[in-house]
Amino acid sequence: MQTVKLSNMELQAQAQRFRIDVLKTLHDKQTGHWGGSASVADILTYLYFERMNIRVEDPLWEDRDRLILSKGHASPMLYAVLEGRGFLEAGTLSSFRDLNSSIQGHPCMNKTPGVEMSTGALGHGLSVGLGMSLISRMRDNSFYTYVIVGEGCLNEGQSWEAIMAAGKFAPEKLVLLVDYNKVQLDGTAEEIMPLDPLADKFRAFNWNVPERSFDGHNMDSIEESFKWLDSQTTGPSVIIFDTVKGKGVSFMENSNAWHGAPVGDDHFEKALPELTEQLARWEKK
Amino acid sequence: MEKAMRDAFGEALLSIGKENDRLVVLDADVSSSTRSGKFGQVFPDRFFNVGVAEANMADMAAGMATCGYRPVISAFAIFLALKSTDQIRNVICYNNLPVIIAGGYAGLSDSFDGASHQSITDLAIMRSFPNLTVLALSEADDVEPVLRQALEIDGPVYIRMCRNASPVLNKKEPLTIGRAQVLRSGSHITIGACGITVPMALAAAEELEGEGVEAEVLDLGSIKPLDRETLLESVSKTGCFLSVEEHSVLGGLGSAVAEVLVKSRPVPMDFVGVDDCFTESGPYEPLMEKYGIDSKSISRKALGLTARK
Repeated sequence: MQTVKLSNMELQAQAQRFRIDVLKTLHDKQTGHWGGSASVADILTYLYFERMNIRVEDPLWEDRDRLILSKGHASPMLYAVLEGRGFLEAGTLSSFRDLNSSIQGHPCMNKTPGVEMSTGALGHGLSVGLGMSLISRMRDNSFYTYVIVGEGCLNEGQSWEAIMAAGKFAPEKLVLLVDYNKVQLDGTAEEIMPLDPLADKFRAFNWNVPERSFDGHNMDSIEESFKWLDSQTTGPSVIIFDTVKGKGVSFMENSNAWHGAPVGDDHFEKALPELTEQLARWEKK
Repeated sequence: MEKAMRDAFGEALLSIGKENDRLVVLDADVSSSTRSGKFGQVFPDRFFNVGVAEANMADMAAGMATCGYRPVISAFAIFLALKSTDQIRNVICYNNLPVIIAGGYAGLSDSFDGASHQSITDLAIMRSFPNLTVLALSEADDVEPVLRQALEIDGPVYIRMCRNASPVLNKKEPLTIGRAQVLRSGSHITIGACGITVPMALAAAEELEGEGVEAEVLDLGSIKPLDRETLLESVSKTGCFLSVEEHSVLGGLGSAVAEVLVKSRPVPMDFVGVDDCFTESGPYEPLMEKYGIDSKSISRKALGLTARK
């Protein structure tokens, strides 16, 4: 299945549709993580609909680009995107976290087509991606490995083992994408575990780091970040995306309370129109 | 004649690596100790020294395994089992990825380095993970055949090895995954051992013969899967079972056997192993004796056990 190339505005709208799908699902199921799902929606949409070299009809094609969602609690957004892209049958998202479902609370590679690595316990993704990217290098750099982390992953000591090791082995096609929304489960990153100056930390570990961060909710900005990536001749590379936890629903944005709280009827009825109104504005453009 | 398992390990990686270009080896800055460095010298492109970072190493290997390669991760058993527990559980085993986890310097064999380096809980941890095959090798001659068997399995395998030179047993056949090997027949007691304690169990059986006790000795190095059939057949004949291991008596081989016997054929049992305490530095053999892992302790417990039948 080959998707028609979408404009950035169409990608923007597509990501918003996924937010709506996810909000409805989390409301129906009364379980799941809204905040981190909303913040990663645009990045995931860009990757799956524009960037990655993948074959929906052959999910295990050897030279496919890999995507590891290390912040596995954003699984509903990954499932929404995989369903939208055709990896999952239409309607799969409605079985989120159900007993016997193919889509688990956190991603499971052996149950869900298109999921490259099971995640959930934080901090694993970059190490796994480093291993994949070293195999890519052995195979003439035949594929990219993208790893998406949030602050929680970067709190884990293992991430820094991997950042150090990636600096040493320097695989050309390992790309770390930081969904930097600066809010964790218990509070802001500043309160819980400050990461700044984050870009400087990567530079100190011998990574390629752009001069600036990019807006992870603007497709033009995301596109620019990948233009920067394509100009790199060495690896590893990191792109830090400024994002907003809970993006798209005013009273859920930037709030740790909406990291994983169930979406009740009152909140759902207020939230849904905000998302649909914004979608309508993008669809008109 | 004696030979160290780690020497056999280094040689085996090299010979298998020549045949299998998808074999990759990772080590955590102990490759000169574990001997995995031999592979690295010949195949530098397929060898990754990741520094002292076992957690990262285990997950890197998992990523490589998803791409159709066959990684072996090598480090001291205690650090693999404890510093990369989450990675082995949540990534390697949960996804059933074919990673070989080679734990060297197991049990008390890193004797002078002391309790911080002695691995007495690795079997308990590894045994509890679904999908994982758990093996404790009894001699250097087991190493290459077991590595080859492990590479045939489409899932993860934990292989426990001793640091020091140990007796070559001249067994009829090497350890076979899923099978117990009867090394000596007897009718009064079954002594099931694994790893470096197998020769001790054989020595104890000699001693017991002088006391009129005929001991059957099993090499139970395939701890998971455990050969229930051979085990039950043996205890049906002997009526009691003594487990012997260089590990805590909590959760290791003895526990694995007890889980089988209590359900299918309860018989009097006793355990030789570290008795739920931390160990210490010292020369290997006296250290093992102090913590009750030697042929004399095996004989004494065996006599006590036969009296309970």
